[in-house]
Amino acid sequence: MVAVAVTRFKVTAVIRLITLVALVVFAMLNSHAAILPEDRADIMYHSYDGGGVKVDGPSVLVRKAYKDKISVWANYYVDMISSASIDVVSTASAYSEERTETSLGVDYLHGKTFFGLSFTNSDEDDYASDTVNFGISQDFFGDLSTIGLSYGYGKDTVRRNGDDVFVEKVHKQNFGVSFSQVITKSLLVNLTYNGITDEGFLNNPYRSVRYADPLSAIGYAFEAERYPETRTSSAAAIRGVYYLPYRAALKLEYRHFSDTWGIVANNGELAYTHPLPGSLTMDVRYRYYTQSEADFYSDLFPRTQARNFLARDKELAAFTSNSFGVSLSYEFGLELMPFFTSGEINLSADYVSFDYANFRDITAAAPAGSEPFYEFNATVLRLFFSLRY
Amino acid sequence: MKSIRSFCFALTIAMASFTLGACGSMELKPWVSPYERNNLADPIMSFNRDPVSSAYLHHVYQAREGARGAEGGSGGGCGCN
Repeated sequence: MVAVAVTRFKVTAVIRLITLVALVVFAMLNSHAAILPEDRADIMYHSYDGGGVKVDGPSVLVRKAYKDKISVWANYYVDMISSASIDVVSTASAYSEERTETSLGVDYLHGKTFFGLSFTNSDEDDYASDTVNFGISQDFFGDLSTIGLSYGYGKDTVRRNGDDVFVEKVHKQNFGVSFSQVITKSLLVNLTYNGITDEGFLNNPYRSVRYADPLSAIGYAFEAERYPETRTSSAAAIRGVYYLPYRAALKLEYRHFSDTWGIVANNGELAYTHPLPGSLTMDVRYRYYTQSEADFYSDLFPRTQARNFLARDKELAAFTSNSFGVSLSYEFGLELMPFFTSGEINLSADYVSFDYANFRDITAAAPAGSEPFYEFNATVLRLFFSLRY
Repeated sequence: MKSIRSFCFALTIAMASFTLGACGSMELKPWVSPYERNNLADPIMSFNRDPVSSAYLHHVYQAREGARGAEGGSGGGCGCN
């Protein structure tokens, strides 16, 4: 059933892709010049702290164009993780690990068409991932319209620490289409769609589900989780940015998501950008997110091996989250320094609260199945420094 | 899923109609002239002013939510993955 759905999705996606490529080629007949992204060197420190999990590390991006035709870029990103999350303290022990991600890409401007090709490698003790992405975009209709297509293929290897025999694979594909339109001289709207398919070992090799066990003193016991081996998802978003009557911008976004696991999610975001005196710019934002649980999710299964598929990951539970964020950036000129033209320093702070509707906090002392629902808050910080040349 | 497919179909039709229109058969012409685009060209109007920074926030959400995809960018290889 799932395999048929995946095959049908692939056929539909290919037909859609062919149609859209034809549209892009057709659009080229009426196109105008595009430009490459600006040359820049960015370094960022990032930090996440919430729910017993701390993640921080650097991210470095360098981009350089040659003859206004080719722009190459490289990104190096590190996550240093120490985790004592609710999932870990319930069934295992706290751990720390490091993930490094390296990306290389090239963008090519041929006539009036923009091509992008990139390769990303992500590596940690027990998970390795290689992904190739290809994208094409085109401005047309007097530069008022932009269409973009993308395709990505990823191959992951899943391992389990302490078990040298355990090796599993995951194959991922990502189809994307994006369309932007200038509506008025102050309003730009963008529509984006992503279809993603995963095949292989999709659950976490360490996590467990709990089930009611009358023989246990605490009323329940744990067993390994088991996910389906395929997952196909669709996400569609509409976002707009509006230039207010004074120099400031208002951004609005809505996204709808659904997948073959039964998760339906919706999120909306409102952001406001306001330049301040002295080359300062302030951003404030609010984001609301809500999702339903996966079909095979349960906080407490009635017995062992109650279903074919079993999950108790809180990412697959029903929950809502609210995020508030503020950024302050300062731009400065570098006319006196050779090579560089300008720079930017940016500090961002976001506060996120998660409220779960059917994931219980089993660290609380209460009878099985009547513990309070879990909730936690997280703080996300970004300190960003950029040089343009 | 059905609503998403309907949305994509409508989007494809809209883009096809728009492209055909742009090529002259419906005499649809660009309605914002180049000299009227000062506001649009302002950096504060960018959806993705700092790709490294916004990619990180997407990563934070994606690791903790069931939803994924359609976070922004137009597939131009912006290093947003």
